[in-house]
Amino acid sequence: MEDEKKLAEFQTRLKNGESIEPKDWMPERYRKQLVRMISQHAHSEIVGMLPEGNWITRAPNLRRKMALLAKVQDEAGHGLYLYSAAETLGVDRESMINDLLSGKAKYSSIFNYPTLTWADIGVIGWLVDGAAIVNQTMLAKSSYGPYSRANLRICREENFHKKQGYEIVATLANGTDAQRKMIQESVNRWWWPSLMMFGPTDKDSPNSAELTKWKVKIHSNDDLRQRFVDLTVPQAKAVNITFPDPDLKFNEETGHWEFGEIDWNEFYRVIKGYGPMNRERMNARKKAHEDGRWVREAAEAYAKKKKVLHEN
Amino acid sequence: MAEFDVKTRELLFNYILGIADDRLILGHRLSEWCGHAPIIEEDIAMANIALDCIGEADAFYKLAATFDTEGRSADDLAFLRDSTEFRNVQLSEQPNTDFAWTIARQFFTDAFYVPFFEELAKSSYEELAAPGAKALKEVKYHLRHSREWILRLGDGTEESNSRLQDAVDNLWMYTREFFEFSDSVKLLYELDIVPDNSALLEKWKETVLPVLKDALITIPEDPPYFATGGRNGLHTEHLGHLLAEMQVLPRTYPDAKW
Ligand SMILES: [Fe+2]
Ligand SMILES: [Fe+2]
Repeated sequence: MEDEKKLAEFQTRLKNGESIEPKDWMPERYRKQLVRMISQHAHSEIVGMLPEGNWITRAPNLRRKMALLAKVQDEAGHGLYLYSAAETLGVDRESMINDLLSGKAKYSSIFNYPTLTWADIGVIGWLVDGAAIVNQTMLAKSSYGPYSRANLRICREENFHKKQGYEIVATLANGTDAQRKMIQESVNRWWWPSLMMFGPTDKDSPNSAELTKWKVKIHSNDDLRQRFVDLTVPQAKAVNITFPDPDLKFNEETGHWEFGEIDWNEFYRVIKGYGPMNRERMNARKKAHEDGRWVREAAEAYAKKKKVLHEN
Repeated sequence: MAEFDVKTRELLFNYILGIADDRLILGHRLSEWCGHAPIIEEDIAMANIALDCIGEADAFYKLAATFDTEGRSADDLAFLRDSTEFRNVQLSEQPNTDFAWTIARQFFTDAFYVPFFEELAKSSYEELAAPGAKALKEVKYHLRHSREWILRLGDGTEESNSRLQDAVDNLWMYTREFFEFSDSVKLLYELDIVPDNSALLEKWKETVLPVLKDALITIPEDPPYFATGGRNGLHTEHLGHLLAEMQVLPRTYPDAKW
């Protein structure tokens, strides 16, 4: 009975647009869904360092090298704030990381595609960070305070990443024939996976209804995807880049860009672990974790010794 | 802008390149950790220090470029020279064999660069003093970071102690190039443009030895041979591979802008 009353109060708070804070009462399902979603978001930031990190040592000039290094560093920072936000819900970072490494927890499937050329660094900034911004701008308004604040902070940096990414794209698009070819091929590879970043279409999205009910999500996957397409198509046109979709056309009546059918088989296959890079990404994370074990143990042992020393 | 004669300009060009190359190659090595560090906090710290180093390199390359008779830009100097034209100490190019190697390499470098930039910041040549002063603030933080890790690893577990000992033993022979006081450097020193870096060896030992001792690391005996040659373009085998990777795009597409 008590819980039903609390639940009713909780729902009134959501309805009034109040922000839920860590010490507030919350239904168990709300907590669970948030932990799943925030930790998945954190894992995506961390795994996302790998495809871009792949080009830090080969960035073509000093300015680009510093910008890319700073970007990947930002992504690590995003991972940290998000793990902290999830920790306010009573899970610790270590257990979340273990869930990632055991394959129990998911991360954004976009990072299971390879970065084959330097152009991919521009395209990831433009399309992948661009899609993330559309999603995270919504999440910055989510009902859970720490998550909404983390997203606000993250969005500010993602906007910068997107700007830098687009600048690389524009430079290559206006460059030599080889650079133009490189950038168009990269866009051809990343366009559809970027659209898949918004998740399954609304009717097939198992978590969406619940997340919407809890005001964690405010817009549907399809709405966000449409917003992204509408924003991005004119940006491509501005630099004479095309998207690999013969059905892409502007609908004068709705004012939206219509696009072709996403290959949902590919989407589900990659989510289940069978994309081009799933194994490699997980192996790289596991290796970093294993190779770093003795370092973490040393830091812990040293901190303990110092603590004992202080107490005596 | 100070006026220098042709000979001094050439000496300065090579001298400044030495600093820039040290910082770039070290920064490059650190950046290899990004995404693969033992904890996320270290992914961030390594990237941060790498960024400082590459930023410093950029500033010194820009200054070096003003003395280049071939009119190369900072990027040309970084991306279009061969390994035999690189003037970094061999320590900076040593690989990230494990985290202990990275930390030992960093600590040995920081322990030189803090007093070095302190002195460089006093140069009578303003254009050289300014980036030295800016870099000093950064390397002080780097030294704090590397010193803390030396203590943690040395006085952590048995495994971490033995890994650090191994790194120190292997890298010790690369720790003297910083202090080489060649005739060309001496000429610049006499003009009050650059410090006497040979005088910094004592300071380096004052920083390094007590920390290693506190970290329960046995100080290696001085070997019969200390590595030398980096300042004249002679390197270990590692640098060629590093540059092949770093320079691949500008060299593959010579007419492209990025
Ligand atoms: Fe991010
Ligand atoms: Fe980003």
